[in-house]
Amino acid sequence: MLLSPPGVLFALIGTAGLALPLVQFKPNRIVTGEGIGLHALPLGLPLAAALCGLLLATCLGRWPAALRLAAAVSGFVTVILSLGLAASHLTPEGNTIARVSPASGFWLLLLAFGLMLADAVGRLRPSLAMRWLMLAAALGLVAAILASGLLDGVSVMREYASRRDLFGREAQAHLMLAFGSLGAALLVGIPAGIAIFQAPRWRGPVLGVLNILQTIPSLALFGIMIPVFGWVAASLPGAARLGVAGIGVFPALVALFLYSLLPVVSNTLAGLSGVPAATRDAALGLGMTRPQVLAQVLVPLALPVLLAAVRIVLVQNIGLAVIAGLIGGGGFGTFVFQGLNQTAMDLVLLGALPTIALALVAGIALDLLIQAAHRGTP
Amino acid sequence: MIEIRNLSRLYDGLAVVDDVSLTVETGQLAVLVGTSGSGKTTLLRMINRLVQPSSGQVLIDGVDTATLPAHLLRRRIGYAIQGHGLFPHRSVAQNIATVPRLLGWPRRQIDARVDELLALFQLDPAAFRGRMPHQLSGGQAQRVGVARALAAKPDLLLMDEPFGALDPLIRAKAQDDLRQIQRQLGTTLILVTHDMTEAVDLGDRIAVMDGGKLLQYDAPARILTDPATPFVRDLIGTADRALRLLSLARVGDIAAPGQAEGPAIAPGASLRDALAECLWSGRDALPVEGGGIVTLNALRAKARPR
Repeated sequence: MLLSPPGVLFALIGTAGLALPLVQFKPNRIVTGEGIGLHALPLGLPLAAALCGLLLATCLGRWPAALRLAAAVSGFVTVILSLGLAASHLTPEGNTIARVSPASGFWLLLLAFGLMLADAVGRLRPSLAMRWLMLAAALGLVAAILASGLLDGVSVMREYASRRDLFGREAQAHLMLAFGSLGAALLVGIPAGIAIFQAPRWRGPVLGVLNILQTIPSLALFGIMIPVFGWVAASLPGAARLGVAGIGVFPALVALFLYSLLPVVSNTLAGLSGVPAATRDAALGLGMTRPQVLAQVLVPLALPVLLAAVRIVLVQNIGLAVIAGLIGGGGFGTFVFQGLNQTAMDLVLLGALPTIALALVAGIALDLLIQAAHRGTP
Repeated sequence: MIEIRNLSRLYDGLAVVDDVSLTVETGQLAVLVGTSGSGKTTLLRMINRLVQPSSGQVLIDGVDTATLPAHLLRRRIGYAIQGHGLFPHRSVAQNIATVPRLLGWPRRQIDARVDELLALFQLDPAAFRGRMPHQLSGGQAQRVGVARALAAKPDLLLMDEPFGALDPLIRAKAQDDLRQIQRQLGTTLILVTHDMTEAVDLGDRIAVMDGGKLLQYDAPARILTDPATPFVRDLIGTADRALRLLSLARVGDIAAPGQAEGPAIAPGASLRDALAECLWSGRDALPVEGGGIVTLNALRAKARPR
């Protein structure tokens, strides 16, 4: 086949991106600005031509996967560097009020090369170790670009520069919310899953309750918890000192914890139930005690399914933790909601982009762990 | 010696095993045979207390098994099941080492025992030690399952349809190997099957069960020639019982002095093989290797109940 269908799709998205404005130039952070295309920048024409060439060339079906990967990475980096170039060129010397924000063209180009990257990695079928290396290399590359200062003129980075300390604190708070709720859910959910595995009568009621919890919209759940925990903190002596409060970190953690329980409990049950009956029978028949059967046979064999639950919960909670910003729970959501209130989209992006990156990295890393846990079994 | 005394198991008031008593002598191979739902597997599982008896006793060398903690009892009794039940996340060596590790054997002794057993079951230790169960063929996995059951040198081995998942060719070989290893080690063995041919081929004693009751417990020849109930007779089938009876005895046992023409037959061959050879070559007598003959008349006499 002469044309590669995914390649054609990526090229269509990418060329549309080239035609649309790469950045928006705004005299200050609130007003709507004017869109500026890549070709209108100095050096912009050859850069645009290079990107266009890459997109068209990868339409052809005959590329080896490694070369496709190289094309995707170079395209990706070029798009990001073009953004930095636009920012440093467009911002007047010494002006700290003017903003250069990424616009639709930038996002489409990023999407085109991002898809190309994922497609190339998929075709390459790299080994597990290679995948870890690729993830590390990608993180290193992003860190290097951010540290190089090439993007410092871009609006999001300007927002970051003026909130450096706060960003660090909110990042910590976000991680604490996501991982803390995951840890608590594992501590409670795994024993609960084991318990209902051994007492089938309780499966229906327990999973039923968790299912109902899962369907409550997150904003509604926060809404319920504010008066409930507010009342508990006010009327139960000592509760407030333990951190119980209607708003802040506590209700945010509780909400994320409750949402995490269903995946953890149901996957624990599914993983344990998936162990062949003959294997369980043999373990008992050979003289293992019940705790030994659990620790040496059932849990190791259920591990891939358990890790799948960890993946679901972690990715879900990294995203959901944004809502904690609404009730003073901290995290990247703080920037998102501040930005919405001030109609400052750059500030919204300062909260949204790291959240997306975090969820993406956590998802990929856990996929790799799950694959590693599957090795050795068919 | 295993003594089962008045053993019963009730589920919801219904007896799945109903007042069964039988004794297996040390070193004997007893086969529990019956249709599905006959209670044979439940009876087997009450011996290592995977099923708790409702009433009755199991004594091993005079000791009531109910006086021991169940998991300690099971570590002294080998257990192998249909579909082998190997632990898929553990290597062949780790699977075989399961019970010795539970018993806290020193590492070096465990390693030596694993290699010894692999060699006994004709699996090259160097090649198979590190393999995972999914890398084994059905026959190899079955052998590893039995090796695991024998790892801690149990005096008693329980097997539940151990050959059920094997194709006929491999099954015949596995049965021969098991019989040989059982004789060599002197292990008492109780095996469950629904296959009467397997029971006759393997058993020193056969226990026929139906509806939870023990119908007959006897040597294979007695079961064939003198079935206790119509059910037992139906289970063995009447069509080829003469041939089955012949398959139980060896040529060497009935060799008589004399001379005969043609190629000789081995003294270890079964009478069934000797009969087949007579018919095929059109002879009335065959010379036996090492002297003597076996005659068609002698075979005929052996193929009938006395």
